[in-house]
Amino acid sequence: MSDKQEQVIVCRCEEITLGEIREWIDRGYDNVNELKRVLRVGMGPCQGRGCQDILLREISRRTGKPLDQVEPGTVRPAVKPIKAGLLASGGE
Amino acid sequence: MEWKNKADVAIIGGGIVGTATAYYLAKLGVKNVVVVEKGTVCSGSTGRCGAGIRAQWGTEMNCRLGVAALDIFEQLDDELGLPTGLNQGGYLLVAYKENEFENLKKGMALQNSLGIKSKTVTLDEAREICPALAADDAVGFTYHARDGHADPFLTTFAYLEAAKRLGVTYHRHTECTGIKVADGKAYGITTDKGDIDADVVINCAGGYAQFIAKMAGVDIPNWGERHEIMITEPTEPGVCPPMLMSFSGNYYIQQRPHGSIICGMSPAGHPQDYENKTSWQFATEMSKVLVKLLPCTKGIRVVRQWSGLYDMTPDGSPIIGETDVKNFYHSTGYSGHGFMLGPIAGKILAQTLVGSKPDIDYSMLDYRRFARGELIMEPNIT
Repeated sequence: MSDKQEQVIVCRCEEITLGEIREWIDRGYDNVNELKRVLRVGMGPCQGRGCQDILLREISRRTGKPLDQVEPGTVRPAVKPIKAGLLASGGE
Repeated sequence: MEWKNKADVAIIGGGIVGTATAYYLAKLGVKNVVVVEKGTVCSGSTGRCGAGIRAQWGTEMNCRLGVAALDIFEQLDDELGLPTGLNQGGYLLVAYKENEFENLKKGMALQNSLGIKSKTVTLDEAREICPALAADDAVGFTYHARDGHADPFLTTFAYLEAAKRLGVTYHRHTECTGIKVADGKAYGITTDKGDIDADVVINCAGGYAQFIAKMAGVDIPNWGERHEIMITEPTEPGVCPPMLMSFSGNYYIQQRPHGSIICGMSPAGHPQDYENKTSWQFATEMSKVLVKLLPCTKGIRVVRQWSGLYDMTPDGSPIIGETDVKNFYHSTGYSGHGFMLGPIAGKILAQTLVGSKPDIDYSMLDYRRFARGELIMEPNIT
């Protein structure tokens, strides 16, 4: 694998590279929830919308588990980031 | 990892308390330690917590544990060989009532007598510590510069990785289903993946500890209480350098080193649904508090909210030590402070188990205190 590919940013919000993700999968942190906790991948403003598919694919590749058997991460509210001021006004 | 049917010590729970206890046991020479975790490492309360670390407590025992934990955290990156994300921006405690401020000062006198250098600060000084602060309605503040926060994920991973290097076995997705007891002695555990015979069994199951205790026929008065919390997108540093906390104001707010602001408050009532669910009411109420206290946050976006369990005891103090069932130990009941106390709790229990004198005499934290009516009421909790 070329160094260049390892340096590809997978999670743009938290700036996590493909190389870092592969390194931690190989250490045994081979599911979305664990990788999230150890790398913060998918924890930024987009909440993993930009990177989770790539993450699932990498887990599948490196563990040999079929893609449809790799569990996605926990989905948490809010669906979209909301300004604190707007939340504080109760949406009024 | 390879399954072992026999261990010196079996630990139930892969949060901060379980992993730290495993690490210190291995460090003290206990060769064969197994940790079982029903989910993944720090998937329970540890990974859901507000990350604070403080020595500003209202009981002598918690002060001793808190400052000893700070001593550990301050050299933990070097000891474990991985970063823990320690950030000592202090805890700024905010009082809104005269009697509340009196209580904080009482706590401060106790802390000072134990070598903890907490102090009162004026509103102007509070604004130097936290420039964005709007707290004109506050009556007074106390501050301790060594307090702060660390990253619960990184700290727990660091303990686990260091423990594994010392030979500790770790099984995730492995649920404890029973404690093996004969003649009043524990001699192992059963799990959904198989049995493990062990000379010692330690209950580090956090909000679920009472269910684990029951498996050995031991009753502890703990309960898991759901608390909610939320986090913003990263913003410029310096918005909230200390942990801002108020017991009557019912909030704690801190800014992570990478810029996100984490904030939480205690729920109305004592929800014990064990569902880790979230509510829009919390996000609304919490945002009101956040924006009032730090007006510059009104344009910052909230990206995520979640919840986790406080493993509560009736007096808010932990339960550490052996039970009526011999060789079955508790390290639980941290009442929302397991992350900050976990490192010292792991160390002192490990010291006891290898026959050394623990750094802190914690015998008063025995769970039989509740039956005796000797509660250790901790006033400084939200």
